[in-house]
Amino acid sequence: MNALLNTLRGNVRQYGMIIALAAIIVLFQISTEGVLLKPLNVSNLVVQNAQILILAIGMVIVIVARHIDLSVGSVAAFVGAASAIMMTQYDFPWWLAVFLGLLIGTAIGAWHGFWVAYVGIPAFIVTLASMLLFRGLTLVVLKGATVGGLPEQFKAIGNGFLPEIGPDTGLHNLTLIIAVVAVAILIVLEVRRRNAQAAYNFDVLPFPLFVVKLALLTVVIMYFAYLLADARGLPIVGLILGGLIVVYTFIMNKTVFGRHVYAIGGNVDAATMSGVNTKRVDFLVMMNMGLLSGLAGLVTTARLTAANPKAGVNFELDAIAAAFIGGAAVTGGVGTVVGAIIGGLVMGVLNNGMSLLGVSIDWQQAIKGLVLLLAVAFDVWNKRRTAGSGGAGAEATESSAPPPDKLAEEIEAMEAELSVDSTPGETPKT
Amino acid sequence: MTSPILEMRGITKEFPGVKALSDVNLVVNRGDIHAICGENGAGKSTLMKVLSGVYPHGTYTGDIVFEGETAKFGNIRQSEAAGIVIIHQELALIPELSIAENIFLGNETAKRGIIDWGRANREAIDLLARVGLRENPLTPVKHLGIGKQQLVEIAKALSKEVKLLILDEPTAALNDDDSQHLLALLKGLKEKGITSIMISHKLNEIEQIADEITIIRDGQSIETLSVADGGVDEDRIIRGMVGRDLENRFPDHTPSIGDVLFEVRDWTVMHPQDSHREVIRQANLSVRAGEIVGIAGMMGAGRTELARSIFGRSYGSRTTGSLVLDGAELQLNTVTQAIDAGIAYVSEDRKGLGLNLIDDIKTSVTAAALKKLRNGLVVDEHKEVVVAEGYRKNLNIKAPSITAGVGKLSGGNQQKVVLSKWMYTDPKLLILDEPTRGIDVGAKYEIYGIIQELARSGRGVLVISSELPELLGLCDRIYTLAEGVITHEFDRSEATQESLMRYMTADARK
Repeated sequence: MNALLNTLRGNVRQYGMIIALAAIIVLFQISTEGVLLKPLNVSNLVVQNAQILILAIGMVIVIVARHIDLSVGSVAAFVGAASAIMMTQYDFPWWLAVFLGLLIGTAIGAWHGFWVAYVGIPAFIVTLASMLLFRGLTLVVLKGATVGGLPEQFKAIGNGFLPEIGPDTGLHNLTLIIAVVAVAILIVLEVRRRNAQAAYNFDVLPFPLFVVKLALLTVVIMYFAYLLADARGLPIVGLILGGLIVVYTFIMNKTVFGRHVYAIGGNVDAATMSGVNTKRVDFLVMMNMGLLSGLAGLVTTARLTAANPKAGVNFELDAIAAAFIGGAAVTGGVGTVVGAIIGGLVMGVLNNGMSLLGVSIDWQQAIKGLVLLLAVAFDVWNKRRTAGSGGAGAEATESSAPPPDKLAEEIEAMEAELSVDSTPGETPKT
Repeated sequence: MTSPILEMRGITKEFPGVKALSDVNLVVNRGDIHAICGENGAGKSTLMKVLSGVYPHGTYTGDIVFEGETAKFGNIRQSEAAGIVIIHQELALIPELSIAENIFLGNETAKRGIIDWGRANREAIDLLARVGLRENPLTPVKHLGIGKQQLVEIAKALSKEVKLLILDEPTAALNDDDSQHLLALLKGLKEKGITSIMISHKLNEIEQIADEITIIRDGQSIETLSVADGGVDEDRIIRGMVGRDLENRFPDHTPSIGDVLFEVRDWTVMHPQDSHREVIRQANLSVRAGEIVGIAGMMGAGRTELARSIFGRSYGSRTTGSLVLDGAELQLNTVTQAIDAGIAYVSEDRKGLGLNLIDDIKTSVTAAALKKLRNGLVVDEHKEVVVAEGYRKNLNIKAPSITAGVGKLSGGNQQKVVLSKWMYTDPKLLILDEPTRGIDVGAKYEIYGIIQELARSGRGVLVISSELPELLGLCDRIYTLAEGVITHEFDRSEATQESLMRYMTADARK
């Protein structure tokens, strides 16, 4: 029992926000008398929040790299406007407009990256300027008016759903198939990761807990898929979002580039002196945010079926809030893509739930503000708590039990490759 | 007969899971300079935090008797009100504020919240005179050198009517001149009746200035030595600190020196902000394979600047001259190029430039050579664990596991992590800048062993150090650097502290 409590206590940081999200969902599920988790509402939740979640992915990377991007809402609006104009006034095919829209977003991101990385102007200033600049240019491009009449295929990006296949089961078959495949892949990856960690004698969840965790994950994903399948199936934007989460989690956790982002966020000087090309990393991070802003702009325009000069207002604040609620650190170096998504969902469920309850927009704003503050306060408190138990104690700790045999063998094999071949760790003569 | 100004009796302080102090006793006599010695992590700083109220009364057991009364400090303000002022190793001055503003920060000469600047500045001038600093009190602190900043800290302490001054590693960042000045000042304060407690790793300074020395080891007070009784020298102190005799502070080493590996020719470096100011002038030096070469110089002589300008021009502007490694001339414009060419630089600023303190050991070790771990798109985490675990074992890095955060390790173990990081880049030449700064005696010995091992494997090692005995014990050859000019080259056999010092202080620009 104690072991279980300790495990939970050690992972509060990791699971805290998931628990908070679950609590909020339960709260609204009860207070809305079950409307929150009605299939159609869940489907709407995904479609309505997709653009914020897309932005949150880019934003958490920017924040980990110790920057900020205030321009994402304006850039999204501008890209949406430009693509709408291309399709309606110049009769570009929808796919070309999408491609050019993403290109424009990337170019704007590169523009930010140039000023931030190579000129050395703080991202706050550069993107504040762009926030004004592109909001203005959006108005110029749209001549202050809403531009509608977009092609159906384009609108499907925001509003469409995956096609149905197979027999009529009353549920959306393809959605369920995708969910089953996703769960299978997830379980395989989790088991492999746990085995690898156990082989190195790292702390892993006790096996029963691990099974419970996997079971919970499976239940949550399958229930979510069931709800979507019961409504209209998986939204196209949901598929895009899922793909982005996988790709960016991979980039941040597994690639050299991801390592470098965390390294410059943690200590930019140490990263420079370790040979990290910090300017290039800064540039790419800002450019990527531009790309995702462009994508968010296209999704928003498609969902609203028109380009609107006021589209994307306050997107930046929602995306930044999502990243911080999800555990990113203001000082950089800390934060995860999945965390930002959970943070974004917390905001999204709050919005949706309060709307269902008939809470007015003004109160929704106020409550969201307090939630942001409380979430970060919880994080700070939690960090201080865990730091206190390490502190002076950690200095004195001796090394743990020797690694398992398998590892010891590999190390011996490796030692030949390592630069120093003997053991210099002899103690002084007595 | 002097009466004790301070008695700490049976102090025990526990953190969750570890006893940092266990039944520590400390008696400081009025008007003495009392040194506290111990290895890093022995509990010196914790003891001083208990004394100054950082750890408030109630979080420790035992009694503090100050000026004959039992003290129960709840915070630093209360201990300062009683006359105990602590000056931390990392200076607590605000660079943008003036000397006077810093001196009276938190203790402003104000009436009803309005500061009387005239009075503040007048009093600042008096205080500066007492510490022998001739500076305008309106000068921003950032314009002062580190030695003068230290004096401002002491002036600040004096402004608080200090009775007991605690200095934590006061000379760690100072050059010899500034250190001597500071020590003289402490003696002067002693004559005026101010008692001092000094924590220091520089045993020669302690020997020179302290009246009594209390040695702390593993959270316990081991003994108090009185200098007046005689027989107290560095070896005696070290014996107390490590609990054994250190017959030899350097591991045995038989150098096997090969051909010239690395050469610096006519190296001139300009200041990065002022491109007409020469920081390094016409420097020529060489390192042979398997050789440990030292660079001795005062702080400000350009040692770090020389090293960093070699390391991919990470310092300086308009750098001219040439670098030759393994017979080929190098064109290094970035740190990445330098690493690729086979040069590693271990910075003197371990926390600022050496490590990402929020990272774990595993990622820190591989940070400079991630390329070697790349497998297609991804970082091979399997291999990473094997590499990091190998270094942890080989270099005896004391940590619960390689997923432990480097921020929580002791200085010596942090330095081993940094050394691992650079060893994994497989360099031909290592430049080690103050490799043992802030590291306790036992870990120093291990680091020396690692350095010698690196040389034995055929690499060239360039060591920069402020501690002359370290250079004399470790190096095969030593260059002296003064005001950016290499003034002399010594063979191991002909170098002594005195001869090195003579060329380090030479008027090089003549």
